[in-house]
Amino acid sequence: MDIAWTALALSLKVAAWATALNLLLGIGTGYLLARARFPGRDLLDALLTLPMVMPPTVLGYYLLVLLGRRGTLGIWLQEHFGINLIFTWQGAVIASTVVAFPLVFKPARAAFEAVDGQLEQAARVLGISEMGIFFRVTLPLAWRGILAGVLLGFVRALGEFGATLMVAGSIPGKTQTLSVAVYEAVQAGQDDAANMLVLITSAVCIVVLLAAGRLAPGRIVHK
Amino acid sequence: MQLDLDIRATLRSGKRSFNLHVQCTSSSQRIAVFGPSGAGKSMTLKAIAGLFTPSEGHIRLNGRTLFDSAAGINLAPQQRNVAYLFQDYALFPHLTVRQNVGFGLRRGWFNPGTRKKLEKVDQWLDAFHLQELAHQYPDELSGGQRQRVALARALVSDPAALLLDEPFAALDPALRVKMRLELSQWQQRLEVPIILITHDPEDARILGEHVLYLRDGQIDSAENKAA
Repeated sequence: MDIAWTALALSLKVAAWATALNLLLGIGTGYLLARARFPGRDLLDALLTLPMVMPPTVLGYYLLVLLGRRGTLGIWLQEHFGINLIFTWQGAVIASTVVAFPLVFKPARAAFEAVDGQLEQAARVLGISEMGIFFRVTLPLAWRGILAGVLLGFVRALGEFGATLMVAGSIPGKTQTLSVAVYEAVQAGQDDAANMLVLITSAVCIVVLLAAGRLAPGRIVHK
Repeated sequence: MQLDLDIRATLRSGKRSFNLHVQCTSSSQRIAVFGPSGAGKSMTLKAIAGLFTPSEGHIRLNGRTLFDSAAGINLAPQQRNVAYLFQDYALFPHLTVRQNVGFGLRRGWFNPGTRKKLEKVDQWLDAFHLQELAHQYPDELSGGQRQRVALARALVSDPAALLLDEPFAALDPALRVKMRLELSQWQQRLEVPIILITHDPEDARILGEHVLYLRDGQIDSAENKAA
């Protein structure tokens, strides 16, 4: 059953990286769209939310076209850095990040919009720099909403199948994540392996949900 | 306090437009801007604090130019060294009373810790009888206590002036009378210059020395009790 544990380890690694990336990207874009006024803001919001409504295989295809040997970004990465993302675990990270991104970005934007602007003004008059205000007032007050999205994004990345399969393929021990391994096991008629993988996946999801329940309470902040 | 104010601004919303033109010079320690809501009081106070930028004019406080459209000067709120008491106090809900009061003393990207003891913070906690509440959060305080925390937070960094936005509007009538007298006494004891905006004639009567009557964006009349 080594293959199951390898797949679990890989899934956790990919989901952790995807979540770390989405934490930065989601907070950055969520804050930008909550605060900045610029033309095309609604269009940008729609584009950033697109991965939530599009089939993962379509997203995977887009990524393949973009990052592949003949893709513009793929060629550029190959020429300047010698990096090829297709059929690598890093490619799986990119696929999972894109698919899970709206789940982090949307709640982050809503959380930032819910922060009372007067509190930021109060901090401004008290002499605190804009960066200080972000880290001392805005982010702490928006944090609970952001965290909820980050946890959702993590489990979404953990279970990612369609886009990951398109971009990273299914190389056992290299790019074969849990959900891909389940599919392969069932296709090959390996019922024992499939049962094991499904049980592991369920257990991991329950642990994550329990952890989320643990993290959620704490001091309830209200005005 | 030396205040030299001459600001103009035009606000448009749909087809309606509002013209603000406030001009005054004062050396009073207690300035009150009195007028009905929508007269431009809030905009005037926010302009002094740097939270609203007038289209033209100048603002000078104690000889220091905070804003001058002709000279291209517009200091950020952070550089103006004024304190602002918001109508609903704007206390940071995620910070304790002690952290709120010490907020402006700690620069940088992190908040003061809950156990961090600063001499100046304790001095103001004592002055406003807040020591027993030091570890409470704003949502655990009464209206009067919140106002005292907001005052302590505003005064801790020795501001050149304390700007008060309808300071008693959020309080019930009995408490309003009490807090008004307390604020008047504190102001005299601490000798902090105040600029107050209000629609309550009692506020202007008790706290105002130089009272400006604002109506439809213009100063209608003024009364200086010191003169």
